[in-house]
Amino acid sequence: MLDIKLTESRLDVNACIDFVSAGDAGGIDVFIGTVRNATKGKSVVRLEFEAYEPMAIAEMQKIAEQATEKFGTKKIALHHRTGVLQIGEAAVIIAVSAPHRAAAFDACRFCIDTLKETVPIWKKEIFEDGEVWVAAHP
Amino acid sequence: MRITILSFGIAKDITGKRFLNWEMTAGASVGELRKSLVESFPRLAELASVRLAVNSEYVPETLELSENDEVALIPPVSGG
Repeated sequence: MLDIKLTESRLDVNACIDFVSAGDAGGIDVFIGTVRNATKGKSVVRLEFEAYEPMAIAEMQKIAEQATEKFGTKKIALHHRTGVLQIGEAAVIIAVSAPHRAAAFDACRFCIDTLKETVPIWKKEIFEDGEVWVAAHP
Repeated sequence: MRITILSFGIAKDITGKRFLNWEMTAGASVGELRKSLVESFPRLAELASVRLAVNSEYVPETLELSENDEVALIPPVSGG
């Protein structure tokens, strides 16, 4: 079972854990990606996330389906935030439950690594003196 | 034929608009559309990469486009 969400509202880690909890799952792994206060030594004021929403949701769904297939997980919650985020706020939460811990860890890592490569979401870092779309230029 | 172009992230800064109506000859491929877009917006070529998604799917450059396809310009993604 999968719970895929893209939202402008604050993410709720407990809701993700509740969703993936299951009697036949002996392990839950949670990854939370948060807004860091600096990049390459430069202070970040806030982040702005933009998404191509229908495609982002479809790609997140594909990733969760692939992880289920590949690692035999029970349930996966994949929530990503959009809009303006302040330092320390969660940009992404991935919760995975599996019968045993190894599959939960591996599937969680697979989800975040693949999300960062394929899901059409873009992050803009806002500094005191300017702003930059992350990874846009070589 | 008419194609709708959607631009996101830095690609939107470069094209200046979220939505553009783009005219291509019938049977044009994704690769030919890319060429046409880069001619109009040369700064797209300066990006680390730009993938084109057709109707919300990543596709090969050889795919033939159809009237009213929605093509998204996907600069390097940076979610998470």
